[in-house]
Amino acid sequence: MDIRLQIEPFDPGALLTAFSEGRLETGAVVSFTGLMRAEGGEADTLELDAYPGFTEAEIGRTAAAAVARFGLQDVLVAHRYGVMAPGEPIVFVATAAAHRRAAFEAADHLMDYLKSRAPFWKRSRGPSGDRWIEPTTQDRQDAARWDAPEPKETP
Amino acid sequence: MARVLLFGMLGDAAGWRERTLAEVPATLSALRALLSAETPRLAEALARPGVQAAVDKTLARGDVALTQGCEVAFLPPMSGG
Repeated sequence: MDIRLQIEPFDPGALLTAFSEGRLETGAVVSFTGLMRAEGGEADTLELDAYPGFTEAEIGRTAAAAVARFGLQDVLVAHRYGVMAPGEPIVFVATAAAHRRAAFEAADHLMDYLKSRAPFWKRSRGPSGDRWIEPTTQDRQDAARWDAPEPKETP
Repeated sequence: MARVLLFGMLGDAAGWRERTLAEVPATLSALRALLSAETPRLAEALARPGVQAAVDKTLARGDVALTQGCEVAFLPPMSGG
């Protein structure tokens, strides 16, 4: 498990290549890259406030729970903070599992958490001024999908 | 000595994001009261629902005692990345 919080930009392709190397028992690697949207010119830059030390620890707790829940072999989360411009990668998640379903679901789950509950504070700076951004209702609903108890499989 | 950190909109409300206090208040609630008394806008922001505090990078549940050299962070509701 590898959780990285960094100011510097990252190369999603290089992260995925390194993550996928030397895996003899991994049948599936799923990755997600989140980019900053320009919002049709409404957002010049995005500023993400994070608490180094605390933010990685909190993400790590959720990632560890995802490893156990989905039976992952490995997970990588790289998240930037500071000031970002449209088109730049903000977040990268990769999951490795024996089979694809676990890898897909775990990546989906981790992204829902990262987009709605992870310790970041987000400010958009644009022509109409600065504004702190709260998670959208959609973000919250996406995250809540994973809170429901797993349906029992019928034998 | 205690280090105090404010994140997100709390920093805007206070006009600072980090500072060091020479005297360590006895408890988290005493620190909160001290900061609130100084800046009405921060008092209002700290009173908003969902504001949490972390002492030495661990979320505080309820009131806790503060010690020399501690780091206290006030965290508005987390927005995700």
